[in-house]
Amino acid sequence: MNQPRNPVEPFLRMDRMPHIWCPGCGIGVVVNCFARAMLESKTDIDSVQVVSGIGCTGRIAGYLRMDSYHTTHGRAIPFATGLKTARPDMKVVVFSGDGDLVAIGGNHLIHAARRNVDIKVICVNNFTYGMTGGQVAPTAPVESLATTSPFGVFEQPFNLAFLADSAGAVYVARWTTYHVRQLAKAMREVLQKPGFCFVEVIAPCPTIYQRRNRLGDALDAMKFYKEQSKLSEGADTRALDIPMQGPIPVGRFVNRDRPTLLENMNAVLGKRLGAKYQPYPTGVTR
Amino acid sequence: MKADPRGVLTGTHFLDGDHACCEGALAAGCRVAFGYPITPSTEVVERISSRLPEVGGVFLQMEDEIASSIAIQGAVWGGARSMTVSSGPGISLMMEHVGLAAMTETPCVFVNVQRGGPSTGLPTLPGQADMMQARWGSHGDYEIIAIAPNSPQECFDLVIHAFNLAERFRVPVMFMMDESVGHMTEKVVIPPAEQIEIEPRRFTTDPPEKYLPFAAGPDLVPPMPPVGKGYRFHVTGLTHDERGYPVMSAEAQEKLVRRLVDKIRTRTDEITQCQEFMTEDAEVLLVAYGITSRVVQRTLQLARQKGIKAGLFRPVVVWPFPEKRLRELAQKAKAVVVVELNYGQIVLEVERTVCGCTPVRLVPHGGGALHDPEQVLAVVEEVAR
Repeated sequence: MNQPRNPVEPFLRMDRMPHIWCPGCGIGVVVNCFARAMLESKTDIDSVQVVSGIGCTGRIAGYLRMDSYHTTHGRAIPFATGLKTARPDMKVVVFSGDGDLVAIGGNHLIHAARRNVDIKVICVNNFTYGMTGGQVAPTAPVESLATTSPFGVFEQPFNLAFLADSAGAVYVARWTTYHVRQLAKAMREVLQKPGFCFVEVIAPCPTIYQRRNRLGDALDAMKFYKEQSKLSEGADTRALDIPMQGPIPVGRFVNRDRPTLLENMNAVLGKRLGAKYQPYPTGVTR
Repeated sequence: MKADPRGVLTGTHFLDGDHACCEGALAAGCRVAFGYPITPSTEVVERISSRLPEVGGVFLQMEDEIASSIAIQGAVWGGARSMTVSSGPGISLMMEHVGLAAMTETPCVFVNVQRGGPSTGLPTLPGQADMMQARWGSHGDYEIIAIAPNSPQECFDLVIHAFNLAERFRVPVMFMMDESVGHMTEKVVIPPAEQIEIEPRRFTTDPPEKYLPFAAGPDLVPPMPPVGKGYRFHVTGLTHDERGYPVMSAEAQEKLVRRLVDKIRTRTDEITQCQEFMTEDAEVLLVAYGITSRVVQRTLQLARQKGIKAGLFRPVVVWPFPEKRLRELAQKAKAVVVVELNYGQIVLEVERTVCGCTPVRLVPHGGGALHDPEQVLAVVEEVAR
């Protein structure tokens, strides 16, 4: 029997379905947008390597039917750096969550952005540690509740767009899982853009974060994103804080060009070593 | 397969162990390396950062040892041979990724130029107190291979062997140097490339639709997939099945982790490498490895001059531990004397191996200096009586 197939199925390990994500979780939307970006940009599926860390979003690598690596907590970026260094001809995409990339992996994030490693980081920000049951994340808004902040978060959260921008990322955008077209477009753009690209995706976690904070279900989150998202294209990234249930600035904030790590390496070593130095492949055509 | 001549600095050199280790890695085909400075291993990364650009490779100094120890694994899956280098505190930070390499069967080399510990300890002075960490430092059940060179020449020769064993068994190999071996300068002969044997990576010959990334044959070591060729494989540190998919069950754990330990345990004879001095008639069997095996050679001379039938057994590959040969020798001896720069690590393996059939004495030393051969001699004389 020939049943109509979803166009994104070729990108998924259908033999692993159903997946582990909760009903209403935003991560599936991110996967869908990525598959659509791959389709729309006609990117060869075997030219892309997918790397994840640990956590709910870290499971993306396991569901994409691509060369994929589920690494250790916080360390997807240095793994991706090694992979990209050995295979500059491959596009390397990192999917992970806010806890993985910005708490335990924060040091790697800023250094990869500083070096301008040619990798694409998709950070799913749901303001919490979902896999372990809702502990406080470095993105959790002040006064939100978490199992390890039972009286409300009293730390200032990171503004991820500002962090990535100030560390040197060449592309910085933020969308919510309501903005599926804009998100797929951002993913198309970063697949084509050389250098360290950072896309933050605000995603609902109805089971853990929203329930604990009495923020309604997945549909309520979508309505909230629709009503409260504020298009802020090109905005000063210092002004992109996300207050508790306040407006969410979204858009593409940074889009600039800097030589990548391997391009810079070739330039400096070529200058110093002269003819002795054979330029290393960079995977970048400009 | 023969070594790529670009990485082989053929000739007779006067090198310290750290530099010799770097040259060995280049001869072994290492073209991508990551590290972080730490005494007394820094000279390895310094040399490799100047040598790799000349041979078509890349060295990156990472933001920490955690990053270095996983960046090498990304490079290896990309098809490169890769290693990282560190000491004491840096090796402790890398331990989670020794476990990842064991679990994902990623062939790579961790060089540990051991210094005195614990914690910051004695950065500039020798120690051999990371021998158990090398074996057990990451959580969970797994097996690794560890090699202890005792000279700059061996730092060159044996690090090539380390890369070869890593490829053959798909395990992380711990290259257990120490500050003395790393910083001593001696003659190092680097042969022509065509005399250096390199174990090629074994890639699958199955087509993608038939390929199971973690299905092994009788040798228990699965072939690796090439990236970007349609295999669309998945690699995870979670317990996984032959497809590489996570499976959270006792059965999957038994099948996978059993194979990970058995691929070393059932093939120990292929890996074991020992050196023996005057063991034919030895009544007192000295056991030492790394730099200490050279100190004990002097003790051996002194003991023989005094008419004591002493011999030296030196594990070159320390893990897996060479039980079989040690047991044979110990059964013929009156006593076994273990000399190591720690308060008792490999002696535990010796006691387990000898299993009460011969008395075992430890000559410990906290590190920071080497044993005095005369002091070891005093113990030999005592047990020979």
